[in-house]
Amino acid sequence: MDALNSYKNFPNSDGHFGIYGGRFVAETLMPVILEVEKSYGEAKSDPVFRNQLDYYLNHYVGRPSPLYFAERLTEDLGGAKIYFKRDELNHTGAHKINNTIGQILLARRMGKKRIIAETGAGQHGVATATVCARFDLPCVIYMGETDMTRQAPNVFRMKLLGAEIVPVKSGSGTLKDAMNEALRDWVTNVEDTYYIIGTVAGPHPFPAMVRDFQSVIGREVREQIIEAEGRLPDSLVACIGGGSNAMGLFYEFLDDKSVQINAVEAAGKGLNTTSHAASLSAGTPGILHGNRTYLLQTDDGQIKEAHSISAGLDYPGIGPEHAWLRDMGRVNYVSATDNEALEAFQWCSKLEGIIPALEPAHALAYVRDYAPDLPSDHILVMNMCGRGDKDIFSVAEHLGKIL
Amino acid sequence: MTATKLRIKSTFEELATGNRAALITFITAGDPNMETSMQIMDALPDAGADLIELGMPFTDPMADGPIIQLSSQRALRSGHNTHRTLEMVKKFRRKNQHTPIILMGYFNPIYTYGISDFCHDASTAGVDGLIVVDLPPEEDEQLRKPAKTSDIDFIRLTTPTSDTKRLPRLVTNASGFIYHVSVAGITGAQTAKQNSLKKSLSQIRKHTDLPIAVGFGIKTPKDVMNISKMADAAVVGSAIVQKIADGSDSSHMVEDVIGFVRSLSNAVQTGRLDQ
Repeated sequence: MDALNSYKNFPNSDGHFGIYGGRFVAETLMPVILEVEKSYGEAKSDPVFRNQLDYYLNHYVGRPSPLYFAERLTEDLGGAKIYFKRDELNHTGAHKINNTIGQILLARRMGKKRIIAETGAGQHGVATATVCARFDLPCVIYMGETDMTRQAPNVFRMKLLGAEIVPVKSGSGTLKDAMNEALRDWVTNVEDTYYIIGTVAGPHPFPAMVRDFQSVIGREVREQIIEAEGRLPDSLVACIGGGSNAMGLFYEFLDDKSVQINAVEAAGKGLNTTSHAASLSAGTPGILHGNRTYLLQTDDGQIKEAHSISAGLDYPGIGPEHAWLRDMGRVNYVSATDNEALEAFQWCSKLEGIIPALEPAHALAYVRDYAPDLPSDHILVMNMCGRGDKDIFSVAEHLGKIL
Repeated sequence: MTATKLRIKSTFEELATGNRAALITFITAGDPNMETSMQIMDALPDAGADLIELGMPFTDPMADGPIIQLSSQRALRSGHNTHRTLEMVKKFRRKNQHTPIILMGYFNPIYTYGISDFCHDASTAGVDGLIVVDLPPEEDEQLRKPAKTSDIDFIRLTTPTSDTKRLPRLVTNASGFIYHVSVAGITGAQTAKQNSLKKSLSQIRKHTDLPIAVGFGIKTPKDVMNISKMADAAVVGSAIVQKIADGSDSSHMVEDVIGFVRSLSNAVQTGRLDQ
């Protein structure tokens, strides 16, 4: 595929993926955003930075993560051959650290003295607090009050790691509000502070940079599946909240036309209700948190509160590259409900001995639905992007209600 | 339509002739409800507001501090929306043809309304200028051009982070006036230090002949008086909005707000007398 016809040459120099993306931020932040873009551009092509990043990915994060043949799930469903990309085995238990390690190396390179971040499920907060501890930088994490309750173990982990957690009360007290508050901090402390955005959203260059740092997932999968099966997978599946684990898996394969790509949004209590987080299935284009993308919003352009059992998917927007891939028809966007995710959570735990996070449990729910109808020589790779330790208390509560 | 275009320009020219700075007052449209907000808006010019900034409520005002966030929430809870904000401007213009009105807000409600419809409707209602907080020059062409076609000034912001490299880009294509955000931060923040503010203003002055208004962290008549010696206008927002919040249950609220605006106005009237 030539360069002009590649899905991998986006965003353009202004940070646009088609009409999506961009830099919709307060003027106060523009100089620092341009500085991040310039510094990242330089770092990307600097072998010293690349080596440093590879070193920490291998020895601190524990990469490469295995590609695992989920034999019992495959047998149970009787269709496609199911592989898990085991990013839940990374240090800190999710894919999030692939990105935080990259960004903290960049922040150090830029001479920044203080790190801030937003978190939903707490995985990005933990991954940020972890690298801040490792590199001795003060760390402030913004987290919605609602999320602090349902992700209590992660709150404690972040405190142990030395981070300051700021509860965010405004709005629905979830990820969107935490991101507003982190942006307010950044605009106030722009001189010395670096904002480690946790997903493929926010103003340019964040969507592209976070994708680049996460794309190690897909690069490893390509090598590993060729070693295991001698060919590329037929399909990919990943869950999406902001969409970083999905972009991490998908990006490598965007130009491989034979690879069918599926992303699973959180349908909450159902797409026919008002309680879901499916911005691509049920949203419209708009501008929030620095980029143009699909949003859950009213016809007056007010942002609606999202809902998902999974704090990490509970966000009314989506990374701009996903918005563009949806419009281009390259990726198939589907959804799974809270209950489907809960069932898949238990199913995988019992059959594979792997307790998934509630986020990839959404991807599992789709696999459960989709794989049985596929032929046995169909190779499916799902990103197991996080482990479920953090979710056991909130799952117990939900199961108590169901049983 | 040129009549609208002239309001901002002639207001600043008139004030320059009288050697005094302008007082720009900010309220959020529909806060705490449309009727009360309309009463306040109608009374602002007589109390001494030279220009009116009318905030368009948004659920996620990421450049605003708690005071203005809450005002947005009160307005939205009362059922306010962008159509109603334009309705308020229309009603205001029936009684007042000279006070410039600047809509201030975030891009999403405008984008969702439809950019060209919005510019057309805003202009027809009597809007003179637009300040869109999350639309830096890199992204603003999509609104700046239609606004210009509808004869609405697109007001650019400068900030403490606007260095000599950035300033030329900011003032190019600016119209109406320059809004200088005096502190790096959110609305209702700390007051800027005099010296650094003076330095910023003389820096900006080198790049543009447009009037310069200073906003963020200006809370008291004394603050307004200080700004009026250095700049062409002082913007007061959070301090006024706080009066609305404090008095939202009281029958005297409108009077309290207007009384406060009057005290700010006295400060701009007398600000340059000792110079």
